[in-house]
Amino acid sequence: MEVNVEARRILAVSISKLYASRIQRGGLRLHRSLLLSLVMRSARDIYHSSRESDAPSDAPPAPEEPMDTNSGPGEQNRLPEPQPEPQPADAAPEELEDGCENDMAEDKENLSPARQSRKRRGKASAAPDFLPSKRARLEPGEERYAAPVGSCRAGAGDSLAALTLNRVIPAF
Amino acid sequence: TVSQLSGQTPTHEGRDGGERGEDTDSSMEEESDTRKINNSFLRDHNYATEADIISTVEFNSSGELLATGDKGGRVVVFQREQESKSQPQRRGEYNVYSTFQSHEPEFDYLKSLEIEEKINKIKWLPQQNAAYFLLSTNDKTVKLWKISERDKRPEGYNLKDEDGRIRDPSTITSLRVPVLQPMDLMVEATARRVFSNAHTYHINSISVNSDLQTYISTDDLRVNLWNLEITDRSFNIVDIKPANMEELTEVITSAEFHPQQCHTFAYSSSKGSIRLCDMRQAALCDKHCKYFEEPEDPSTRSFFSEIISSISDVKFSHNGRYLMTRDYLTVKVWDLQMESKPLETYQVHDYLRGKLCSLYENDCIFDKFECVWNGSDSVIMTGSYNNFFRMFDRNTKRDVTLEASRENSKPRAILKPRKVCVGGKRRKDEISVDSLDFSKKILHTTWHPHENIIAVAATNNLYIFQDKVN
Repeated sequence: MEVNVEARRILAVSISKLYASRIQRGGLRLHRSLLLSLVMRSARDIYHSSRESDAPSDAPPAPEEPMDTNSGPGEQNRLPEPQPEPQPADAAPEELEDGCENDMAEDKENLSPARQSRKRRGKASAAPDFLPSKRARLEPGEERYAAPVGSCRAGAGDSLAALTLNRVIPAF
Repeated sequence: TVSQLSGQTPTHEGRDGGERGEDTDSSMEEESDTRKINNSFLRDHNYATEADIISTVEFNSSGELLATGDKGGRVVVFQREQESKSQPQRRGEYNVYSTFQSHEPEFDYLKSLEIEEKINKIKWLPQQNAAYFLLSTNDKTVKLWKISERDKRPEGYNLKDEDGRIRDPSTITSLRVPVLQPMDLMVEATARRVFSNAHTYHINSISVNSDLQTYISTDDLRVNLWNLEITDRSFNIVDIKPANMEELTEVITSAEFHPQQCHTFAYSSSKGSIRLCDMRQAALCDKHCKYFEEPEDPSTRSFFSEIISSISDVKFSHNGRYLMTRDYLTVKVWDLQMESKPLETYQVHDYLRGKLCSLYENDCIFDKFECVWNGSDSVIMTGSYNNFFRMFDRNTKRDVTLEASRENSKPRAILKPRKVCVGGKRRKDEISVDSLDFSKKILHTTWHPHENIIAVAATNNLYIFQDKVN
């Protein structure tokens, strides 16, 4: 379960880095984007495989919003210091990856309708679905709602991470 | 021994240039009173103008000149003073020789992208006449600069006077021949060639061929071969761009020509492999003739395994028999005859292995450290954090950690070896891993081709260290 938390955190950090790199001077750096996508892929795989193994026993709420970094204080307290003991964290992904490889291959097919019907897109239009479009200017009196990544609701959590990885590169 | 290094005063912030180092003893201290005040203010408050951040350093092939490039697109060239018998203590110090703006920020209108002016790499051409030539590159454009001295000026023109104003023809009564008169030495830099529009992705390295006629420029996916005389055409000799960009798994991180074999070059990848290519085999060198990769150790696998195995620098040894690569935590020396694993592996800062997650969050894990050989290929050097840099003696297997900082760098001061404490009791002079300053990183270093003189770039400061003369 700790591994899952770690994976979620890394996913969150990675996506914010992706955001930041879009406005970076000099344009998107291909190498950096590639490395980000690799980390996100590892984190996503861990996250999914730990969800698979936890799903029967756990209550649903926890994994629904992997992007929600505004999670409650309880969860934040559970987050270990940056790098917990490397051994259990590293051993666990290792096992999970090996064990769940076959499942993952299948699951990729079934993951989300968005991914299945993903058409080949040109570079110019490859904006990932989950990224919000340009934020509207607020009228006086309006409030901005919390959870900025508004599309990250139940079910979209999976497709979110799945979508980003391969979109990182073509978006360049 | 290499570990006994004494420091030349770190050259001042802002490396003001254009003037030759005329200061005599004062170049040892701050140059003037007002600058003293400014510099101490800057130093105490740790300001670094981003444009002053040094992004590359390189000695020329004789070691007489040292070039630095910075984020603001400027190049500053230092020249070593001639050693004089009258002042033996001023043993060959480096003073500013020339400063010029190499690259300006540009805007790519087609892609709506700004092109940074930061100088990514500088490579010198070996000297063939009185002038000096270097290649400097930013993300998209390579330029050939000629640096030459002018110490004479023609005087006595007929049609214009000394200020350049046209003379009234009616006042000209006799003809004279202009004569070259001595003038104050002026060092001029002129752009002789501009090699542009050949790279879709960001240029990470350039390398001059031993034939002295060609060079390669490398971006994330392609290596292009240029003739130094021809700017409107280049040959693409490596292209790893997949037909479908979504299948991209690997990028090129650096490339270098073999120091003696003009047909051989090597390029490193983000997956931790190096490919050696022979240009005689085919026009497009997509098929390597040697492939160097060490299998990953499964016990150290983590989320960040791929990032830390990405090679940030590759350098041939001077003798052409070895390759050195730098990844995030190690430096490896490879024998060109053995592709299966490196000959030697040196741990630069293995204590960071347990901190990869925080280093990922603060972006440090993406830092690209360079590595460098000494002239005899017996010692290798690379940078680390907290303004530390490390040297490894390949023969004695001893290593040392040194620090480039103002406190330790009084002139003639000998650098004291530093040590990082990795847990347990911290001894008096040791520094603990958690106290390391990750904003102070030494990414760029260079070693004099023949002597034990090194230049180390620490953010916006340049440190030059020499072996102690007993």
